[in-house]
Amino acid sequence: MRRSWGAPMADGIPLTVTITRIKKETPNIRTFFFEPPITFNPGQFVMVWVPGVDEIPMALSSVNSITVQVVGDATAALAGMFPGDRLGIRGPYGNGFTKGEKVLAIAGGVGAAPLLSLAKADCVMTLLLGARTETELLFLDQLDECTDVLIATDDGTMGLHGFVTSLMDDLNLATYDRIAVCGPEIMMRAVLAKVAEKGLAHKSEFSLHRYMKCGVGVCGSCCIDPSGLRVCRDGPVFPGDLLQKSEFGHYMRDASGRKKNL
Amino acid sequence: MVSIRPEPVTVGGVPLSNHILLAAGILGTTGASLSRMLNMGAGGVVTKSIGPLPKDGHSGPCLVVLEDGLLNAMGLPNPSMEFVDEITTLAKKPVVASIFGGDPEEFATVAGWFSGKVAGIELNLSCPHAEGYGAAIGSDPALVKACTEAVSRSGVPTWVKLTPNVTDITAIGKAAEAGGASAIVAINTVRAMRISTGLRRPVLGNRYGGLSGSAIFPIAVRCVYELYEAVDIPIIGCGGIATADNIVEMMMAGASAVEIGSAVYDNVNVFEIIRKELYAKDGVRHEEIVGCAHG
Repeated sequence: MRRSWGAPMADGIPLTVTITRIKKETPNIRTFFFEPPITFNPGQFVMVWVPGVDEIPMALSSVNSITVQVVGDATAALAGMFPGDRLGIRGPYGNGFTKGEKVLAIAGGVGAAPLLSLAKADCVMTLLLGARTETELLFLDQLDECTDVLIATDDGTMGLHGFVTSLMDDLNLATYDRIAVCGPEIMMRAVLAKVAEKGLAHKSEFSLHRYMKCGVGVCGSCCIDPSGLRVCRDGPVFPGDLLQKSEFGHYMRDASGRKKNL
Repeated sequence: MVSIRPEPVTVGGVPLSNHILLAAGILGTTGASLSRMLNMGAGGVVTKSIGPLPKDGHSGPCLVVLEDGLLNAMGLPNPSMEFVDEITTLAKKPVVASIFGGDPEEFATVAGWFSGKVAGIELNLSCPHAEGYGAAIGSDPALVKACTEAVSRSGVPTWVKLTPNVTDITAIGKAAEAGGASAIVAINTVRAMRISTGLRRPVLGNRYGGLSGSAIFPIAVRCVYELYEAVDIPIIGCGGIATADNIVEMMMAGASAVEIGSAVYDNVNVFEIIRKELYAKDGVRHEEIVGCAHG
């Protein structure tokens, strides 16, 4: 039962990493840099173990960083950690985004984290960046350096006043060979509706977030309806045409497996 | 290698499309996932263990991949009664509901939810890492008999899954048989632990967990062999099976069918792969080899 992918580790025991630096990105989001680094493909995820608290799936924002918004116990505990503190990391796991040459990337909120590494891989022509307000726009400076960024904020404090989907109206979507999307699921659903309308669902890819326990395709806690595909192993990146007529954008399951509406 | 003639089988009162079932706790949280595994060649599927109340399970890490096995402590996460809705689309399919409870009454209650909706019930008397459930009950022959009776008395095919973490597994097997079990499933995971030397603590959130996968196959073969000599009801072999030859070996030890779990880690298409290798039109009937390593 040898690992067929992933960073070098002894067995599959989590790799111990040490936090080296913490950067405040926005009022609600921090990046934790760590050593040693982990090789991965953009869109893959890692299981981050906060000792004594919990283990959660998270995107890597670079080979040696995770970018975190406080949403639960583990992220709250992470937010209280300091340089020198240690974490366990399993992975990277999952498939990642399909490579393209002319990619349109669409990011909402902390969803910019997995798309930053894609943008740095020099294949993103245009990136649509959305957030609630100007101060919550994640990685704006870094993204500006490597691609053409268009901005939308819910409150109009910067860029277009409205949702990131409105930015799509002014683009010729057929110009792009791939459309890579990561953000809140309601936003991603709206993006899927828009690309499907133009017959481009098969070119789009969405990074899904689901409750996970094993992270390696065994336990079944992250399976999506109606395909039964595993977000951790068959995803987390799925083509848009596969997500049409699915639970995507409607409901997900909690730790016990009960359905909860978005 | 010995090949087996492909034919539908009935084991422990449950009609199966082949001898190879999906084990409990593996890809069995949703109806869609169970359906996918049936479509991918499983002869039957056992659901995630369902209990009297919803449970979130243990905090993580819940699983780590080892060189030749998986170490896990999920903590019996389950949606409880809501799960019945998950499998409505699977009516008349070879679906076995795995259930757990803290006493015979709870077992009877949960089994009742599935009445007429599944082909059989598998009692989880063997989870090694959930306090008050599973192996806590499954290592006491009197409790095993009482819990088995509480479910089997309704007439539903009742399988009892045993823990290897006991001194004498045959005493537990006999208790299940005395309680009216239609079949025994052996084995659940072997109690185990690994420690992160970097973080100086056990790697599982629950500290203790259960080991599955190839590492425990020899233990499973030994348990099935012992049980075959001790009980008259069919045995379903489980524990580290990853190849067609492993299945033949399990059958020779005394198993009439098998369950596969951890091997989906290497390839989710494991049922189709094994089926192609195990079955041949001119193969032997499985009865010819079941238990042939005895005597």
